[in-house]
Amino acid sequence: MNRQSNTYTIIYASVLVLVVGVVLSVVYQALRPKQIENIDNDTKRQILAAARITPSEGHSIADLYAEHIKSSYIVDMAGKKTDSGVDPFKVNIGLESKKEASERLLPVFECTTDNGMKYIVPVYGAGLWGPIWGYVAFDDNGDTIYGAYFAHQGETPGLGAEIEKPAFSSQFDGKNIFSPDGAFESVAVVKKGQEPEGRPYVHAISGGTITSQGVQKMLSSSLEPYTNFFKSLNADNKDK
Amino acid sequence: MNISKDLQALINPLSKDNPVIVQVLGICSALAVTAKLEPALVMTISVTAVLAFANVIISLLRNTIPTSIRIIVQLVVVAALVVIVDQVLKAWNYEVSKALSVFIGLIITNCIIMGRLEAFAMTNRPWPAFLDGIGNGLGYGIILVIVAFFRELLGSGTLFGCQVIPQWWYDHGYQNNGMMILPPMALITVACIIWVHRSRNKDLQE
Repeated sequence: MNRQSNTYTIIYASVLVLVVGVVLSVVYQALRPKQIENIDNDTKRQILAAARITPSEGHSIADLYAEHIKSSYIVDMAGKKTDSGVDPFKVNIGLESKKEASERLLPVFECTTDNGMKYIVPVYGAGLWGPIWGYVAFDDNGDTIYGAYFAHQGETPGLGAEIEKPAFSSQFDGKNIFSPDGAFESVAVVKKGQEPEGRPYVHAISGGTITSQGVQKMLSSSLEPYTNFFKSLNADNKDK
Repeated sequence: MNISKDLQALINPLSKDNPVIVQVLGICSALAVTAKLEPALVMTISVTAVLAFANVIISLLRNTIPTSIRIIVQLVVVAALVVIVDQVLKAWNYEVSKALSVFIGLIITNCIIMGRLEAFAMTNRPWPAFLDGIGNGLGYGIILVIVAFFRELLGSGTLFGCQVIPQWWYDHGYQNNGMMILPPMALITVACIIWVHRSRNKDLQE
């Protein structure tokens, strides 16, 4: 057969594409369960990292998660648990953050730690190059940050990407997101030398200004809808 | 004679015919993944695997491929292999696949791969083509690892994520060079390697 003819070329291309298509779908199907497990484990690791729990060598994250996260649920703007039937772990925070605050599903993960019960909530926002997200753990008084974990998709290494380092995120420990009169005020992320008066703040990353501002915006926009939930926690637990 | 020719296909790309510093191909990924050693190493392994298998497959098909669509056929084979590597990494080494993110997908556009397929695999039998793929993948990798070594050491003070610059240096005013983290320093480092390499190999000087 003439290898330069149009018929040969078209048949050759079709067969090749078909073979490649079949091979790729087999590989995809075969590896899919393992990949989903990895993604879930990674999310679990991030949630636990907010409560300052890091897996030790040879310890499975799934076990650690099951051991610490005893309960998780979704609340609404009013701070009441909702019965939507959605698994809080499966909520797509990126999509939720684009909705009106009143329509968002707000997941809460209750985490038992050596320092008492912590309430972990997800946050999501925009950095310089792409999305940034994280998890923030609160003490059971509902206003003090116990720990925070941030991650990013593609911030500049060495600059904006530093938000995922403990050196940055541990600054949030112990910050109170409510002012003394009970108004939500979040935590400011500011340059050294520009510290605001009478408001909790942490230091931004030099050279990572846009990402740092992104963290500040992310915290205020993602945490504010939880205001009533935090207040109800405070009311429930302050007498203890 | 035949054996030495096969061996040449494997060894030449490591120095005399290095794809990065002599042919100046694959520069784009050399600057993208070399801020840290670990991604550089995984990138090396991935490119070597893709290149070796693509070379073998194209070499096996070389007598059947219609000339008019040969570049497309090469691309389809490379793209399929890259997707497989990406999926395997996601399943078995999720951490690294997260660190490399889009760069794995960009192996498809790595000029070294298309270059070797077109220049070598289309005209050689599978075994030499396989060796050529391994050789060029490693030749690319050597440069990547050297660049990543200097960038990670000087830029972050670490190697493979372990702190190697002692704390007392920092206490006495030493600072990590933030510039090393940024892409331009990868090119300058590559240029320094080319400088050293050329000055040692007089026959490569133009």
